[in-house]
Amino acid sequence: MNIPSELKYTKDHEWVKIEGDIATIGITDFAQSELGDIVYVEVETQGEELEEGAVFGSVEAVKTVSDLFMPVAGVVEEVNEALEDSPEIVNEDPYGNGWMVKVKLSGELGEELLDADAYKELIGA
Amino acid sequence: MSIAKKIQLHEEHIALGAKMAPFAGFEMPVKYSSETEEHHTVRNAVGVFDVSHMGEFFVGGPHALELIQKVSSNDASVLVDGQAQYSCLPNDKGGIVDDLIIYRFHAEKYLLVVNASNIEKDWDWISSQNTMGASLRNASDDYSLFAVQGPKAIEAMQSISPLDLSQIEFYHFAVGEFAGIQDVIISGTGYTGSGGFEIYVKNEDALVVWKSILQAGKEFGIQPIGLAARDSLRLEMGYCLYGNDIDDTTSPIEAGLGWITKFTKDFVNAEALKAEKEAGSKRKLCGFVLEERGIPRHGYEILNEDNEPIGVVTSGTQSPILGKGIGMGYINAPYHKKGTAIKIAIRKKQIPATVQRPPFVTK
Repeated sequence: MNIPSELKYTKDHEWVKIEGDIATIGITDFAQSELGDIVYVEVETQGEELEEGAVFGSVEAVKTVSDLFMPVAGVVEEVNEALEDSPEIVNEDPYGNGWMVKVKLSGELGEELLDADAYKELIGA
Repeated sequence: MSIAKKIQLHEEHIALGAKMAPFAGFEMPVKYSSETEEHHTVRNAVGVFDVSHMGEFFVGGPHALELIQKVSSNDASVLVDGQAQYSCLPNDKGGIVDDLIIYRFHAEKYLLVVNASNIEKDWDWISSQNTMGASLRNASDDYSLFAVQGPKAIEAMQSISPLDLSQIEFYHFAVGEFAGIQDVIISGTGYTGSGGFEIYVKNEDALVVWKSILQAGKEFGIQPIGLAARDSLRLEMGYCLYGNDIDDTTSPIEAGLGWITKFTKDFVNAEALKAEKEAGSKRKLCGFVLEERGIPRHGYEILNEDNEPIGVVTSGTQSPILGKGIGMGYINAPYHKKGTAIKIAIRKKQIPATVQRPPFVTK
């Protein structure tokens, strides 16, 4: 199971990459593998300021639907439009081209975020 | 909750990369690679499913047909040797104990193939109705079942059987040599709508037969297929799944199983079902197609155009062939009619849909 050491993780299987005041967010390799083939990703919160832990969208897989939670507080600035036509990118490249949103941080980083080792332990990898 | 049982080839599936998950009391392969790719493999070429969780009961003796006629809704007296029939077991309260396939070997030997989740319930029910003294044997733990499905199934399997597989008609079967094993039941049935066979073998022969199927099918692009693709394949055809679309509380009439409910003979609860048929059901199991993006799922509400509740979704998926959300559900009259505009409540949204008669995908 791929768990890049430079990222932070949530218990809900999102990953977050912080660069300056911008956080890029997606779901983990474990999450995409558990979900199976992803049919679409729905994010209708572009431009909204959301609390940490708030739902910013949902991901529909063949078998199930899952909410997506904000790992950090901030404004949803950008949505990955490539996922509109090719949601399978999330399955193929969850940490790269399969990113979902970019968020402008509006506060301190939560203490709940896990590092790679802690996330690895969480999923029992 | 009891621990899920393992099918005979459990380790083999793990070695093939299967993701295993509990289903109907068994650890079953859900998918091997991508469920969407597996779906297309069956539609376009050939795939093999291990569905060994299914239950097998043999009914024998001079009273075999009498018992079958009493417990099943379809008319098994029309079967000839080597023929099979889809049927259901009505309960005495208007619902369905199970749906099943009935195979006739000869006048005093029948095989009933039932759903894994219902093996115990069916066994108890059929036994309780066996006042005529038919012989009954539960062989569920002795048999493995492989479904070889897809347009290339016949061609792909011909090299491992001396029988002429192209001669096995739909809902007929042969018993003979397959993969070097004798007395294999080769049945022209399936749950995908793409043609092919279901192959019943004794557990001790399961590994040899499974490996031969994969080997023989190699040049035809055969892949092992999991239960996830099995579900999307059967949904594109509008086939019922017990526990989702039909259960102890749904009648065969409202479930659209009138075609296997024959009032020309007597059976459990026939009178009440006949009255229901004559009066007309208040609701009907219908197919529908979503007009916008969304995936209907079991338990979602069905609404009319004024957003009033008119039914409930029993099964749904994204059709890999259509690229649209499709589903089935019980819809109150008069909204059950083909072409009716309805809506599906998908989380916080109401997605427009149209009632459509399955199959959703035609060849």
